[in-house]
Amino acid sequence: MPKIVTDVGCPYCGASCDDLEILVSDDGKKILEVYNACAIGNEVFHHASSPDRLKRPRLRQPDGTYQEISYDEAVDYTAKVLLKAKKPLIYGFGSTNCEAMSAVGRVAEKSGAVLDNCASICHGPSFLAIFDNGYPSCTLGEVKNRADVVVFWGCNPMHAHPRHTSRYSIFPRGFFTEKGQRQRKMISIDPRETETAKLADIHLMVQQGHDYELFDAFRTVLRGHDIPDEVAGIRKEAILEAAGIMKNARFGMIFFGMGCTHTDGRNHNVDIAISLTRDLNTVAKYSIMAMRGHYNIAGPGQVWSWQFGFPYCIDLTKGTHAHMNPGETSSIDLAMRDEVDAFINIGTDAGAHFPIDAVKHLRKHPFITIDPNICMASEISDLHIPVAVVGVEEAGVVYRMDNVPIQFKKVVDPPEGVISDEQLFDRVYLRICELTETEPTWIPAKGHAKAPVTAGQ
Amino acid sequence: MAEILVKNGYVIDPAQKIDGDVADVAIRDDKIVESVSSGARVIDARGKVVMAGALDVHAHVAGPKVNVGRLFRPEDKLFKSPEAQPNYRVEMGFSVPSTFKTGYDYARMGYAFVMEAAMPPLHSPHVHEEIHDTPIIDQAALPVFANNWFVLEYLKKGEIENSAAYVAWLIRATKGYGIKLVNPGGTEAWGWGLNCLKLDDPVPFFDVTPAEIITGLMKTNEYLGLPHSIHIHQNSLGDPGNYTVTLDSLKLAKGMKAKNKFGRTQVMHSTHLQFHSYGGDSWANFESKAKDVMNYVNQQKNITIDLGCVTLDETTTMTADGPFEHHLNALNHLKWANTDVELETAAGVVPYIYDKDIKVCGIQWAIGLELGLFTKDCMRTFITTDHPNAGPFFRYPRVIKWLMSQKAREATLETFKHRDKVIDATEIHGIDRELTLYEIAQMTRAGPAKALGLAGMYGSLAPGMDANVAVFNLDYKKMPSNPEKIEQAFQRALWFIKSGEIVVKDGEITSHGNKRTLWVNAKVKENPQVVRDIHEKFIKDYTVNLDNYPVRDYLAPNPFVIDVDVEA
Repeated sequence: MPKIVTDVGCPYCGASCDDLEILVSDDGKKILEVYNACAIGNEVFHHASSPDRLKRPRLRQPDGTYQEISYDEAVDYTAKVLLKAKKPLIYGFGSTNCEAMSAVGRVAEKSGAVLDNCASICHGPSFLAIFDNGYPSCTLGEVKNRADVVVFWGCNPMHAHPRHTSRYSIFPRGFFTEKGQRQRKMISIDPRETETAKLADIHLMVQQGHDYELFDAFRTVLRGHDIPDEVAGIRKEAILEAAGIMKNARFGMIFFGMGCTHTDGRNHNVDIAISLTRDLNTVAKYSIMAMRGHYNIAGPGQVWSWQFGFPYCIDLTKGTHAHMNPGETSSIDLAMRDEVDAFINIGTDAGAHFPIDAVKHLRKHPFITIDPNICMASEISDLHIPVAVVGVEEAGVVYRMDNVPIQFKKVVDPPEGVISDEQLFDRVYLRICELTETEPTWIPAKGHAKAPVTAGQ
Repeated sequence: MAEILVKNGYVIDPAQKIDGDVADVAIRDDKIVESVSSGARVIDARGKVVMAGALDVHAHVAGPKVNVGRLFRPEDKLFKSPEAQPNYRVEMGFSVPSTFKTGYDYARMGYAFVMEAAMPPLHSPHVHEEIHDTPIIDQAALPVFANNWFVLEYLKKGEIENSAAYVAWLIRATKGYGIKLVNPGGTEAWGWGLNCLKLDDPVPFFDVTPAEIITGLMKTNEYLGLPHSIHIHQNSLGDPGNYTVTLDSLKLAKGMKAKNKFGRTQVMHSTHLQFHSYGGDSWANFESKAKDVMNYVNQQKNITIDLGCVTLDETTTMTADGPFEHHLNALNHLKWANTDVELETAAGVVPYIYDKDIKVCGIQWAIGLELGLFTKDCMRTFITTDHPNAGPFFRYPRVIKWLMSQKAREATLETFKHRDKVIDATEIHGIDRELTLYEIAQMTRAGPAKALGLAGMYGSLAPGMDANVAVFNLDYKKMPSNPEKIEQAFQRALWFIKSGEIVVKDGEITSHGNKRTLWVNAKVKENPQVVRDIHEKFIKDYTVNLDNYPVRDYLAPNPFVIDVDVEA
């Protein structure tokens, strides 16, 4: 009899839904059906059962082909690459668990690497704004239970976070929002007529690249001053109408996405969005939230903040300190200046996401991909190490876009012999210790069965 | 079998009424014993002070708001982080140190146990993830309850039994330790941008008052017989004139009796009292009411307090008192982070500079110390800085210096730009009391251990206790005339033995030790209504499924579970 696994977390987008139900085959090995997930989440689970899954690491040969090697050999190769390099970069982590992010911290410190995550090319500008202006936010349940005005600025959840509006922000009936969508005013601010814009009560089609001006116009109006007849391509009357709705909220919410962080103004757009939220808190209750992309891209920001004090762009090459200076220690900038002499791509696809010039520089040096699947990065790597799919074959903590930790389950076993990201990093760490003839230092509370405790050293 | 003999030190152990006797402390494995064999490793403590490992009853060291403080303040790291010790993890951060630095610095000061003071239940997996990345020290965490929808609904109807069943379930689910109250009712009101500043301000919609919440949770706590009492951050924190609200809430404990098997005698722990002992009605006539508050506390044996001393540093304020942080931000206009947590609580984070040249900061500094100097019972008065709110925890040695030395207090007062105004608004200038090492040991060892219901494990050097032993570079018979030496001695222990293992030598970390997470397993008989309520709220209101809510065992890998059987 196939069995149903309930309350399963979805390893796709930043909405990190944890209500999936998965029908698993009698022998517990194959995923048959996926319930409650969106189309993309559905595919993540089915893909894990694909017969094409890689089961062993592959090393690039002199003739350009890949040849299977053992995990021990892959661990040894990775440890030696990290030790040899002066400034190795370990980048990615949008799609793995926090246990792996914690384990890699030890590896990066020991080998003197730069640690960075996908925020570097995504919500990095949001971090810069948060450093300057703070982050008045809330959990998604607050939106569900209280919000009567919801603004989506430069984001399109109907495509990027398919269940966001139904689980959290627009449709659900919450404690103080029993009428669901009918009780909420929805404003979309986007230069395109997206599916989200079509759903909204008001769509302000901001002129592309002029978001800052529109934010500024809202702040000006809310403070009782006049604005020109048209700002950022929007008529004054439309701005006044939207500002009036925002002001009269009991609980208002501003969600923003790449449309703010990756258009003209970047961090300044987010900065003024936060200032607008602060202004609105003098007349109503308001929160703001970044629409984080991947199911655990908020994770490295959390784990590395408690380990190193910084969420991203962490340079550990000094050995005694962690150092963060986006622009100097950010992945793209390091790669474009050809400062990186070894690269590990983990839980993302730098091959697809980085500018081609950055990839060309990185490709001159050892290039390792750690990912369950074949992707663009894996196809240009020297070494590809397949790992278990987190959320499907490996449990762990992930941070939803609102920084709520969700404890994801394991649904099926990984293909025989395939290890997790965390196990891989712990083995690389131990190998580095062997090669450098040093004692491994574990934080004993980590409490791995496999982790020796340094008691009485 | 590992044996250690700490020989010939001046032992200070208030739990055994030992004050400076020259004696040996014998350790076998992780316990203190009567004697050890001749093969034991000997630590020569001649001419040095020997105390049990200390306990911090209230600090914000792990969890979401602490991590917001780290994340959004890169400037807290820049030029303010020491070099890593070779072969140990990097130590980043000043007011909000990394988990590694937190564990190392507490150990360097001889601390064995630290209570994380506010755990938002929904974020409890995060709290435990950070705890398991914090080396050496034992830790526990207090989940927050005073704005939790279940609790508000049960207490509105006066249903203590249901409240107790829910509280027991939540403490178990979050692997928590006890009942924390933060701005009762006010934080829920903050969901609408409002607050409850007085004890009879009804909570919007829930229509229950802060006084009812405090009393109800106090009854719940004693119904369950938990090791710790309710631990309360009162309403109207930080407001001029708030001492009347403080006294009103302390009076709610009148006549209540502690019921537990852990030796705890208080029914209410009132935390960071400095922030709640303010007179005046504006910042212009702001003044100390420490004496009035302590006069009451001194009479009421069923109340314990901690100080929340201002250390005059640039720090990061963080609290589940969301409306307070918004209010503070309107005063200093620095960056502001806020996280409202569905059905449960909220949190705010704002950087703050306690500038010795600002009159109000000087008065706050004086109030914290006055509370410690006006106390008549050091077993009920504990040293804290409400880390990092009034100052970072690694300033405890400085607070001890001020408490032990009038000269040190006067020297600090002399540096204030508004010295005379501070003197006018406080009583600090006239106080000549200097606390003794014995009293300091009561305030950091025996006292907090008893208040937490942990006096059988921590806070004493009696045989059978956990082997947490600190040796400080102080001569009991010849205390230094220079108070700076006191601070230096407590900043870096000569030796610290934690759970029988030497973790600090000459102020340097020598091992990652044997860290544990303490949590309370309160067993009540099944309550079908509460079970149904929990299921219903998770289906209707929460955005996380019930099955994924309780902290999984592997996240607290070295647990020390305290079982509490509730007879009903």
